[in-house]
Amino acid sequence: MTTTYPFEADSVDDALTAVGTPAVRIDGLDKISGAAQFVDDLDFGPDLLHGAVVESPHAYARIVSIDTSAAEAAPGVVKVITGEDFPYNFGMYMEDRYIFAQHHVRFVGEQVAGVIARTHRQAVRAAKLVEVEYEVLEPLLDPKEAVAEDAPLIHPNLGDYAHVPWFFPKADTNIAHWRKIRKGDTEKAFAEADYVLEDTYRVPRYAHCAIEPHVTVGKLDHAGRLTVWTASQSPHTQRHLFAEALAPLGFAHKDVRVITPYVGGGFGGKAGVSMEIIGAAMATAVKGHPVKLRFTREQEFYNTYQRQGVVAELKVGVMNNGTITAVEHKLYWDAGAYVEYGANVVNAAGLSATGPYRVPNISNDSLCVYTNLPPGGPYRGFGYSEFHFGLESHMDRIAEAIGMDPVDFRRKNAIVEGDELSYGGHMNPSGMIEAIDKTAAAIEWGVDEESKNPNTIMGKGVALFWKAPAMPPNASSASFLKFNEDGSVNVSVSGMELGQGYLTVMAQIAAEILGLPVEMVRVETPDTDRNPYEWQTVASHVTWSSGLAVEKAAIEARAKIFEVIHEVYGFEDETLYLEDQKVKCTTDPEFAKPLREFVIDGIQTDDGTWRGGPIIASGKFMPEFTNANSDPETGQGGHPNVHYTVGACGVLIEIDKETGRIWVRKAALAVDAGKAINPDLVKGQITGGLVQGLATVLYEDMRFDDDGRLMNPNFTDYKIPTSFDIPDEMIPIIVEVPQPDGPFGARGVGEHTMIAAAPVIANAVYNALGVRIKSMPITQEKIALAVTDRHHN
Amino acid sequence: MELSLNVNNEEWALDVAPADVLLDVLRERVGTKSPKIGCERGDCGSCTILIDGRSVRSCLVLAVEAEGHEITTVEGIGADHLSELQNLFISNNSFQCGFCAPGIVLSATELLARNPSPSRHDVQEALSGNLCRCTGYEPIIEAVLAAGERNEEVSA
Repeated sequence: MTTTYPFEADSVDDALTAVGTPAVRIDGLDKISGAAQFVDDLDFGPDLLHGAVVESPHAYARIVSIDTSAAEAAPGVVKVITGEDFPYNFGMYMEDRYIFAQHHVRFVGEQVAGVIARTHRQAVRAAKLVEVEYEVLEPLLDPKEAVAEDAPLIHPNLGDYAHVPWFFPKADTNIAHWRKIRKGDTEKAFAEADYVLEDTYRVPRYAHCAIEPHVTVGKLDHAGRLTVWTASQSPHTQRHLFAEALAPLGFAHKDVRVITPYVGGGFGGKAGVSMEIIGAAMATAVKGHPVKLRFTREQEFYNTYQRQGVVAELKVGVMNNGTITAVEHKLYWDAGAYVEYGANVVNAAGLSATGPYRVPNISNDSLCVYTNLPPGGPYRGFGYSEFHFGLESHMDRIAEAIGMDPVDFRRKNAIVEGDELSYGGHMNPSGMIEAIDKTAAAIEWGVDEESKNPNTIMGKGVALFWKAPAMPPNASSASFLKFNEDGSVNVSVSGMELGQGYLTVMAQIAAEILGLPVEMVRVETPDTDRNPYEWQTVASHVTWSSGLAVEKAAIEARAKIFEVIHEVYGFEDETLYLEDQKVKCTTDPEFAKPLREFVIDGIQTDDGTWRGGPIIASGKFMPEFTNANSDPETGQGGHPNVHYTVGACGVLIEIDKETGRIWVRKAALAVDAGKAINPDLVKGQITGGLVQGLATVLYEDMRFDDDGRLMNPNFTDYKIPTSFDIPDEMIPIIVEVPQPDGPFGARGVGEHTMIAAAPVIANAVYNALGVRIKSMPITQEKIALAVTDRHHN
Repeated sequence: MELSLNVNNEEWALDVAPADVLLDVLRERVGTKSPKIGCERGDCGSCTILIDGRSVRSCLVLAVEAEGHEITTVEGIGADHLSELQNLFISNNSFQCGFCAPGIVLSATELLARNPSPSRHDVQEALSGNLCRCTGYEPIIEAVLAAGERNEEVSA
């Protein structure tokens, strides 16, 4: 059974000239010459003020009093603001977050007050002079403790928060959302299964570590217009949340403007609204002045978003022939102090926690649990990276237990087109089998490797992955397109260039349809006043969604071109086509009208009058086939996900038998891009995502002390990969099974490339040493201890 | 105090405080924005500049220490025309977000000046102080190696 798609894009054409080529990035010159401007590089003139944040030293406390008088009297200070000035809450999916703390602080580093001064140094000094008296409360740092019946409540007013209809908060508990999936009869299936494996896996918190810190500059001008320059993945969503949160101050959406230049990496950390609301609020307090708030690297770690930790209790039943019959997956998410965005990570994981397998009986519980740690939120992989660690470790263990090869076991159970999904819909076309086979071949699966070094041992591992974009069902994209006098084109969109190559891909799509070289298309970063709507650049959805909007605009522009040619020369539309920046005609090989001759000025007719005029067009896309209306107790009935992207990963590692040190000798990753609009950029996502994922399993780890304070908020103590910390060889494999409703068949791949990295290492470590590590990261210490334990037992 | 700085072959006469950091002076007083603020403690390398041809983290240097030396940023490297290395970085789609790019261009430029045909290990070592979160380094390393191979061809 196949899914039917209400909208089908242009069919994939073999004669493509722009799409499918490794076009050079259109932002390459900007970035390599030093011309590229990030928010912190913009100049704002001599009246620029600087903000600093007064932060909570406690994970949970009641604010008794705040005395700002000493700070106000400090040199250079213009204004000090607190929660009393902004008693508003806001949030992406649930309005549980505050601009400044209201009565309580709920994590170490939470913003309690803001200081605005002439210089950055003055602001930081004055912030230390704000005196806050706290009544310290006992923090909850563990999600399993926070769900206990007698646990104190972190948000006693949870029941009052506005939220999207697909969240199910449990008032008077610390459970902000509980996504349930119930399908088939798991109890019966487990009873009838030949083999059942049950275990618990633990994944800690992680930091995005974009090299550019968050920066916001806000300005409320004397006419009452609020402009905010942000390093953001979500300019339109930010404008909307600024307008909503600050609505009591009298802002209409049209009076709020977000301008977002190049962004120095996002990975989810710059999605939605985090510190930007502080900068926007500060601007409203000092009318006429721009105010800059730039987070330090430390703040970047503890007061933006963090990847949530999870405790995953997993039970899987199989038959002796290798068929998976039941999955029960309980995910307890350490979602942090505010879950306005993170609760949707929990939701997405709950919908897909079977992994990319055909499973008839399912019981998933994904619980979003408040803790007194920094707010959780979106991070590349959006919940999938987290639960795949346990799931794909488990699959290897089951295969071994029933005597099956792990690759054969996965191949047998891998979800394919038409299979039923956990919420009742059907799987889209997918190249999973091809991805498995190509990955296995790339690492020579089945061939044992001998180490030449007597102190080391080799191991191989495989893991599969899948992920769907997690979006509101009506998340949409739009584009404007206009021709210039020379036949070049400007495309306006509001997706963000985070480094993934979005601008280039949009240019390639427009160029393909309009018969232009990619260099003739300019696509720039947005300004919400001028660029059309885009929900956000998250979920790996913009190639697909914004790509469709650009495709539609280009098709509309092409139709307008053909219309004027038809009017003047009489050729029928269906005989016309665009090639080499000219309009050509299948019935008249002599006809070749250069675009530059008429796309602005029009075409003069025999009587001296003109036809046509500036060619302008627009396009929009909204997935009209999705809905989030599902039964809260079973998760059945809706169509929450647009489609899944799938793939496979394999590694060859070498481990020092005594120290547990791991070298990744080879890593292959196959992802089904549907159609790689730019294969070079897809490969870039594969190498980048793989290395980011490998770091989460090999050494990255956020460490908190017993008081909830992050102990390693810097690159000295939270190590991210350097140029030495990469596999000796990376093998990117692009699979292309077209997405029926994608632009030229494309679907997103950006996040997916890091999802399998953690379990693939866990499986390779087991393959090499016979020890199974069930918590991340898989450090040298854990391996060495596990090996020692095994020797002793 | 008065300070004279040579930045990309231009002389600047500036009035600075003794504690002013070179990175801030370059960005705020000279207006050279390619050295970026990433960590302010020498970990990330996005503020890398060349001082007399040697790569230095400008967040760890006081402005007054740079007097009498030649400061080069990526704006100076490609002022007249892009270097061979820069062209290779572009054609190889080596960078993604580009925030680390100015620093990496400078570290790699220093390497190639010192060692015109570096090994893969040499390249990894030269870039090991410049963090990049996007690329997994591979496309960057490939471009630097390609620049080295071209140097070999020229000298052969």
